[in-house]
Amino acid sequence: MSTSVWLIPAFPLAGALINMLFGRLTGRRASWIAVPALLGSFLAACAVFSRVWHGEIVTARLYPWIQGGEFTTAVSVAVDPLTGVMLLVITGVGFLIHVYSVGYMHDDPGYARYFAYLNLFVFSMTMLVLASNFLLLYVFWEAVGLCSYLLIGFWYTRPAAAQAGKKAFIVNRVGDLGFGLGVMWLWVAVGSLDYADVFKAAGSMEPATATWIALLLFMGACGKSAQIPLHVWLPDAMEGPTPVSALIHAATMVTAGVYMVARSHVLFERSGVALDVVAAIGVATAVFAATIGLVQTDIKRVLAYSTVSQLGYMFAAVGIGAYAAGIFHLVTHAFFKALLFLGAGSVIHGMNGEQDLRKMGDLSKRMMATTITMGIGALGLAGMLPLAGFWSKDEILAAAFFGHRRVLWGLLVAGAFMTAFYTFRMFFLAFFGSPRMSREVAHHVHESPRSMTWPLVILAVLTTVTGLAVGIPLEHGSPFERFLAPVFARLEEAHSPVAALALAVLSVVVVAAGILLAWMLYHVRRVKAEEVGQPRTWVHALLLNAWYVDAIYDRLIVQPLYALSVLLARAFDLGVIDGIVNGLGRAVTGWAAGFRRLQTGFVVNYALTMLVGAVLLVGYLLTR
Amino acid sequence: MGGVGEERRSLPPTSNDPVGLNAYLILAALVFSVGLAGVLTRRNAIGILLGIELMLNAVNINLAAFSRFGGDLTGVVFALFTIAITVAEMGVGLALVIAIFRARRTVEADRLDLLKG
Amino acid sequence: MTPIPAPPIAWNALLPILVLAGTAMLVLLADLLPPRESKQHLGALALAGIIAALVIALVRWGTDVCGFRDMVRLDGYALFFDIVIAYAAALVVLLSMDYLRRRGAESGEYYALVLFAACGMMLLASAGDLIIVFLGIELMSLSLYVLAGLFKSRRQSSEASMKYFLLGVFASAFLLYGIALLFGAAGSTNFERVAAAAARNPHDTLLLIGVALLLVGFGFKISSVPFHMWAPDVYEGAPTSVTALIATGSKAAAFAALIRFLTTALRPLQPDWTALLWILAALSMTVGNVVAIAQTNLKRMLAYSSIAHVGYMLVGLVAGGPQGTSAILFYLFAYVFTTAGTFGVLTLCERTGGTPEPDGDGAVDVREYAGLGRRSPALAFALTFFLLSLVGIPPLAGFFGKFYLFGAAVRAGYVWLAVIAVLNSAVAAYYYLRVVVYMYMREPEGAAATLAPSFAGGLALAIAFIGIVLLGVMPAPFVELAQVAVAPLLR
Repeated sequence: MSTSVWLIPAFPLAGALINMLFGRLTGRRASWIAVPALLGSFLAACAVFSRVWHGEIVTARLYPWIQGGEFTTAVSVAVDPLTGVMLLVITGVGFLIHVYSVGYMHDDPGYARYFAYLNLFVFSMTMLVLASNFLLLYVFWEAVGLCSYLLIGFWYTRPAAAQAGKKAFIVNRVGDLGFGLGVMWLWVAVGSLDYADVFKAAGSMEPATATWIALLLFMGACGKSAQIPLHVWLPDAMEGPTPVSALIHAATMVTAGVYMVARSHVLFERSGVALDVVAAIGVATAVFAATIGLVQTDIKRVLAYSTVSQLGYMFAAVGIGAYAAGIFHLVTHAFFKALLFLGAGSVIHGMNGEQDLRKMGDLSKRMMATTITMGIGALGLAGMLPLAGFWSKDEILAAAFFGHRRVLWGLLVAGAFMTAFYTFRMFFLAFFGSPRMSREVAHHVHESPRSMTWPLVILAVLTTVTGLAVGIPLEHGSPFERFLAPVFARLEEAHSPVAALALAVLSVVVVAAGILLAWMLYHVRRVKAEEVGQPRTWVHALLLNAWYVDAIYDRLIVQPLYALSVLLARAFDLGVIDGIVNGLGRAVTGWAAGFRRLQTGFVVNYALTMLVGAVLLVGYLLTR
Repeated sequence: MGGVGEERRSLPPTSNDPVGLNAYLILAALVFSVGLAGVLTRRNAIGILLGIELMLNAVNINLAAFSRFGGDLTGVVFALFTIAITVAEMGVGLALVIAIFRARRTVEADRLDLLKG
Repeated sequence: MTPIPAPPIAWNALLPILVLAGTAMLVLLADLLPPRESKQHLGALALAGIIAALVIALVRWGTDVCGFRDMVRLDGYALFFDIVIAYAAALVVLLSMDYLRRRGAESGEYYALVLFAACGMMLLASAGDLIIVFLGIELMSLSLYVLAGLFKSRRQSSEASMKYFLLGVFASAFLLYGIALLFGAAGSTNFERVAAAAARNPHDTLLLIGVALLLVGFGFKISSVPFHMWAPDVYEGAPTSVTALIATGSKAAAFAALIRFLTTALRPLQPDWTALLWILAALSMTVGNVVAIAQTNLKRMLAYSSIAHVGYMLVGLVAGGPQGTSAILFYLFAYVFTTAGTFGVLTLCERTGGTPEPDGDGAVDVREYAGLGRRSPALAFALTFFLLSLVGIPPLAGFFGKFYLFGAAVRAGYVWLAVIAVLNSAVAAYYYLRVVVYMYMREPEGAAATLAPSFAGGLALAIAFIGIVLLGVMPAPFVELAQVAVAPLLR
């Protein structure tokens, strides 16, 4: 009985189609369709998950998709423990965010359009993780990108939003180019794109081939999951509505890269080099983005850089072979980062659209529920015992330490310190201290409606209990790890409990130190709004400008390419060809005045070009 | 039925032709080149048309010569097709020239530069 | 004098073409009947003829008829292209009806010429002899020259027509010269006999020059670099509905003849023309895409983009074999729907702020499309999908077209060409998506495009839309069709 598997994507697809085609009819009632669709999808996912829980692998096949010669691919899906976990996260968090959006977007003129896109995204994302071959994966890889693009630019009348949407798309195209080439190469190398065939063949693949394919695939992951050097789009993506940032740019879509690397781990392991690259890029991004997060003044940008950084942690984990730890961090991150974004959304909603931390302060008085849940989220992100973030991050750190990657481990610990610092810097700046907003805004500040606070509470509960429930490492790994064991076929080897405990203590100390520092700088000391976010030193300036990566890309890539295009348009068609013609003409006038009339106009120029082409063709064929 | 056709296509042998095939080919090439030069040097649309006409006639010389020396009638038949089509082309071409003259009061090819880039 | 025996006439081999030609005559006759207010009935008549030809092609699928001393072949390959061409012609007729009426340019000749052009295209698809190639090309081109100049008082239109004509005839001269030389070298114009001659002496100078000149002619018709320069001017100047026909039908037909000619008549020379086409493919893709980036006129941009698409299709020809060749057929099928749809949207868009000027060109500047997403959501949605298909975003038709083409190139060992092609499609995304950005994320300044409602136009867009989605969601049966079609060529 495989119908329930199809129900998972079918519900949101139906919702999207209804709201897209009859948006004018549904209007304000769009959420009556969209939210139940997500609930249905979530329940179907639960039903499927319960079967997976009992050790079953659920598969279903819709129809043969491509049948040509030696190459066949079907539209088919499979649910193993990894996919099951992803499905629960996507539909579960997705459902909460849909509920939240009802309150958050209730005044927006594009209400139906918003829910249509959001449903479409959930459909694409569930299909992405359900896919049982690389081609289907690629299709929905592009589809989620499209939804992301549409939702980033949702408020297209704002130039910044339109610009951010375009940037996201272009940067992702660069990554997808690699991904597409990787998939194509796989097809050439293996002759099939089904996961089962590919991973069977990967075992005996040339390591060099495996390396190239894996690196190309990872390029796609870098784009989608905003890793160096393709991380530039994610902070700008915050121009979209905040629930979108929570769902797509924190909890689900950006983790697709991690999912893909974990899913193809056989291929990456065959290469070895590729895994090291993944680990290196992951750690570099984790630290790099954390440094930028230290100085941001926009509440959503702090969270955006923290997302980039946390994604770096996940890649670091899968790069050192701790797949289950990486996926576990993915899950916990989905909870606490969605919580933080939704909390930030609640703040923005309460403050009438203000996002600048310098103009906040003392919100805890007016927004109790938001403050408490945000606090839990912040502790979760910082990785404080006993919240979920602690367990998942601790496992990554432990894997790095015991895997004898001490340098990586050191960097990740430094990153953890910075994470704790900037998270609580944001928290204190927003909720405590003296109010810094204008009088009118201060008067307006209010707690958000129930539909927005309830998702916050549920996510806060999840952030609190997930770690304790399934994340505590026991003798043979945590329960979560054991559940995923059939996918990764590898358990962390047991290490000395004393060392593990010491690491955990160290981790707690580092996080506490970070929080303490933030407390001293931004709570004990009186915060002066004009001093925050001002470039006082060159280090400050460097971080505030995100290491100038955007400026460098602009100078090195965007501007030259544009110049080249203009040059070719003007110069090639008019200049060079005219130039050749003119040059020829001048040469000819030198010895025959009668040929002066060579330059007769454009038709003749075209004819002459054709003639030159003809001569070259003849010459080429004759001299071959 | 095919046999009859094959027979009808052959021509008498041509061994005692005073000038060889190459002479015709060179003549055709020359005519073609003259036409080409005309196309490339004329400013007037009609002048260009005349150049193209010469190029097409060079083709006919070639076809007839190959037919004669290869002993296959196809070439001559083809030349008939070419002539017919060329006439149609020139008809269309002159009509276009008139149309453009009405709209622009000129048939200079180098004035046709509204569309470029 | 012995009577000349009448050659047997194989009506069967010409059936779809005869139906179209007959309909064209009927249209001309019906045009003489007392004038009515609108000439839509002529369009409907033309459409009926095209549908009849389409049905014939579909019914005859699986048969193989030769006629006229093997000069005309109506095999699976020709039938496949007949279907493609019939779709292209039908979409163009549907798109033309209201477009022409709004400009006061309705005429019976228009539909008749479209039908004659379609006859020429189908003749090219069935050509088994260079004489037929020539006749097909001329029948098609002569009709298109006139169609391009349909808006007589519009200066751009007559200029486009003049340029198209002069350069087209110029290219025909090369083509004919090439045919003459090939005839001299092979002693015949029949594809099979040319193949035999080429196999005997593949490096005959006469033969090689002939082939090169023929490729110049074909290069012009498919608008491959460096024979592409007419395309942007003509696409921009011609009436949009005619541009759609030039971009879809004439390109498909020229490819049909080119593929059959190269794979059957010139198979012994395959290494030579493959190397040549490699260069042309790379040049066409690169020049087309790069120059398209700087365009603001949509028709001109699409012209350069179509040059790039020709480059992609040449990749399939370079790859060769059943996979490469069938990939081109599939791509063309997808391309016809996508391109006809894109130009179709342009025919449905008029500038606001006044009635359309007589013989005017409607809204063609990308800036006029700002905010279309809100003014006409359905139209903007359709255009977005067509553009996404041109970009090659899965799961639309364009993606699978590229997938099969580039995949075939990689399989055949042309990895670098595939890399160039993939890089090019990434560049292309930029200018296609710029249109989408304008539609959804900008507000118009000054003139703006709005929908000019038209039932026939909407129907055409719906057909094209269903086409690209269907080819994308279930490409398998169509690819199989293409593979069956190319099988007789590669025996």
